[in-house]
Amino acid sequence: MSAPVYAPEAAVAPALSTRLARRLHRGRVLPIITVLAVLLAVWCAGTVYMNAPRSIEMLERQGPDWTFQQLLDATWSMDRPVVPTPVQVFTDIWQNTVEREISSRRSLIFHSWVTLSSTMLGFAMGTVLGIVIAVAMVYVRTLDRSLMPWVIASQTVPILAIAPMIVVVLGNIGLTGVVPKAIISSYLSFFPVAIGMVKGLRSPDPLQLDLLSTYSATRSQTFWKLRWPASMPFLFPSLKIGVALALVGAIVGELPTGAQAGLGARLLTGSYYGQMVQLWSALVMSAVLALLCVFAVTAAEKMVVAAHGGRR
Amino acid sequence: MTVTRLYPLLMVVPLAAIVLMLPAGAVAEGPGYLIEDGRHALVALLALALLLAGLMMPDKGGRIASTAALGTAGFLAGLLLLLRLHEGLGFRWNGGAAWTVLLLICGLLWVTMERLSALPGRITMILVPAVFGGMLVYFWEIFTVGFSVPQILLPAPSVIYATFMADLATLWVDFEQTYIRSAVPGFLMGCGAGFLTAIAIDRSPFLQRGLLPLGSLVSAMPIVGIAPIMVMWFGFDWHSKAAVVVVMTFFPMLVNTTAGLQAASAMEHDLMRSYAASYGQALVKLRLPTALPHMFNALKLNSTLALIGAIVAEFFGTPIYGMGFRISTEVQRLNVDKVWATIAVAALAGSISYGLLALLERKTTFWHPSQRKANT
Amino acid sequence: MVASVEDVIQPHSLDPADVPHPLVAMENLALVFGTGEGAVTALTNVNLSIKRHDFVSLIGPSGCGKTTLLRVVADLVKPTSGTIMVDGGTPEQARLDRSYGYVFQAPALYPWRNVRRNVELPLEIMGLPKTERQERSTRALETVGLAGFEGKFPWQLSGGMQQRVSIARAMGFEPELLLMDEPFGALDEITRDNLNLHLHELWKRTQLTVIFVTHSIPEAVFLSTHIVVMSPRPGRIVDVIECDLPYDRKLDMRETPDYLRIAHKVRDGLRAGHSYE
Repeated sequence: MSAPVYAPEAAVAPALSTRLARRLHRGRVLPIITVLAVLLAVWCAGTVYMNAPRSIEMLERQGPDWTFQQLLDATWSMDRPVVPTPVQVFTDIWQNTVEREISSRRSLIFHSWVTLSSTMLGFAMGTVLGIVIAVAMVYVRTLDRSLMPWVIASQTVPILAIAPMIVVVLGNIGLTGVVPKAIISSYLSFFPVAIGMVKGLRSPDPLQLDLLSTYSATRSQTFWKLRWPASMPFLFPSLKIGVALALVGAIVGELPTGAQAGLGARLLTGSYYGQMVQLWSALVMSAVLALLCVFAVTAAEKMVVAAHGGRR
Repeated sequence: MTVTRLYPLLMVVPLAAIVLMLPAGAVAEGPGYLIEDGRHALVALLALALLLAGLMMPDKGGRIASTAALGTAGFLAGLLLLLRLHEGLGFRWNGGAAWTVLLLICGLLWVTMERLSALPGRITMILVPAVFGGMLVYFWEIFTVGFSVPQILLPAPSVIYATFMADLATLWVDFEQTYIRSAVPGFLMGCGAGFLTAIAIDRSPFLQRGLLPLGSLVSAMPIVGIAPIMVMWFGFDWHSKAAVVVVMTFFPMLVNTTAGLQAASAMEHDLMRSYAASYGQALVKLRLPTALPHMFNALKLNSTLALIGAIVAEFFGTPIYGMGFRISTEVQRLNVDKVWATIAVAALAGSISYGLLALLERKTTFWHPSQRKANT
Repeated sequence: MVASVEDVIQPHSLDPADVPHPLVAMENLALVFGTGEGAVTALTNVNLSIKRHDFVSLIGPSGCGKTTLLRVVADLVKPTSGTIMVDGGTPEQARLDRSYGYVFQAPALYPWRNVRRNVELPLEIMGLPKTERQERSTRALETVGLAGFEGKFPWQLSGGMQQRVSIARAMGFEPELLLMDEPFGALDEITRDNLNLHLHELWKRTQLTVIFVTHSIPEAVFLSTHIVVMSPRPGRIVDVIECDLPYDRKLDMRETPDYLRIAHKVRDGLRAGHSYE
């Protein structure tokens, strides 16, 4: 409280810095940065290792004496590298997002939008389907017994493997564009939602249900006043998984469409033509997209929790 | 009493007679009926008899018997319709007999399932979903055949089955390449590496705080996208597919095992400390058993991920066999039945691996509350 | 106000060749959690010595540090200052020698092990051979009256039986010292009475020394030879009451004047500790 008059900063500064250091150490920031730094270092080293054979070949052609420094420079600045460097990938992303017109065929924002739109449509369909199935299973015992094993079995069918067929078959009856991809996305994302909601709708304990029975509440009152709010803490974690799966579904759904547009198409063309930089930047973009989707759901969760009195 | 018991007889028999007179749809020469020869009549009579028996049986004591009678009646009615459809009958909107029979089947099977699920015991846990699944396949068959849905759109289960049996040799080669050579080794390596990493970082909270958020982040990302990179690095054969599977299965295993290792309560830790147990003893005797349910969650999830990863990776380049290769090439040739046969193999392999893991889980974590509930 | 039990004569010591030093001895023991302004004094100025075959109850309101004191004896936390000796050595030595058994508030049984394997858990950790483990677990389960339940799993037993298994698990060590932290706190009154009787019989039959944390006066008076009354903020001992009821005790003894007198004394002690604030 009574800081020494002669050197207040001296007394406060060390305390502050040690506290900061302790918080950094205890918190997640420093560990995550460390791990990321290690990963980045591995990436750079891997670039050298994977690109070295071709670089050495190139350097040998110019002359027998070359230094390690030259090799480093060569591996990190190849035109068509086996593994692109972080700088190359991020430059490519920068050029194709900020510096390019959105209407351009090479704009990553355009491709991301194509993927995102079918992700969103599929996610919405999957969520509705998942909730409907969960409600049906909670209220109809016969459905609970008969449907649950098939809901689980539905996910052991590698739907992503069928994705090309769904796209081609639906294309044959005139359904193209967003819808076939959205169907794949919804098939993937309904599952976690259904499972989470069944758990959530069943989470009120018998006492709470008995309480509503003493009020002679109707089934729909019990649903809206107890089961539905009680299921919210279960819904959002499921939605986060669901939206991530929906994105995967949309990307894989784009693989067989003759590669018109979307991040999946960028992946495929990059792979066909050996454009590693394009492939990696599409990959990084899809990771960023996944994060944005999950963050959006998290934000929605915060809003809903706040509306419910912020108990969590 | 006796008169009321006879009501079903008085109601059902005339109704059945009228329905069987109505056209059920169309054959090549004109309207088609459900009963055209003696065989059809026999099946119909049997179904009717069982239906009446089921309806008229006294409720007490005859519950299971009447359920069985009603279920079998539904099955026979379905069989009759299926038989006629395969003999060339096609659905028409004015084929009243077919629609009535379909409604009847739905009703009977629903009643059967409802009564079965009210029964306790393990058998109904299998029987009810089996009836439901059978119903789904049946309706698939009925509608694809009855409406002659083009095969490109959706082949009938019977067609898929025929292709499956005819192509067994090819399917086996594909299965061997994709499942046995890519998915299984990738699954084992990925889960093993995830488990070992979790144990390795167990003593370092610093690394855990760094790796775990990253791990859950990576789990949310479309990892299949690395397939083209892996194909470039490891070549066209199974190695690249296994590599994709390794990356896909690694993170769920890491995250779940780490969470599981932290699941033991403070009191249980104190107990181990009061025994002066070493780190290894506490790990083996307390923390690994507590982690098992979490690890099984990851293993079950990974078993489906592994198959997906192996198949999707094949879209980016393979030798000329493998399930992913088969699906992508046959789709382009519009041999949809072959695609579905491959999908059937994948579904079978996926369900069986999942089932085996679930069985193993039940055997090893029988003590966990979730398993205990399922057992009683 | 500091009390000591050292000068109390023990009327029913079974071992006439008395061991020179007490089994547990604490002097000026203090424990402070945290540092600076947020520091909490959990224990201060604790002096207590416990002889062999004593049954000592620690009683007091929540926050008085009775569980913390038990954890200090068990070497689950270290004191900030003062000395403590357990069985002639440090608590850590005692823990490493496995010379005490510890019973927690909850049974803390492992659901994946059946009753016998739960009792054998500490013995496995000590590295005893299989035959001896079986002998000891059989004996321990007989002691708590659970012979015949070896093959059951914990979740198939009632709460009272589970807590008896956990006592058997602590007895499997064949320790001299049994530390019990509100072991019957979560059980209903009827089961608790039953288990109190069980524990009393067990204590009489063996050479056990017990330190027993509780917040129930009837339980403390019924079981103990000495009752240590504690008080919170800061956690300290306010009184040590000798409980000189007959060596053989039955549940109906709880209506006798002697019993009520001691219970009254304990209640007075608790109130005195409270009036400090």
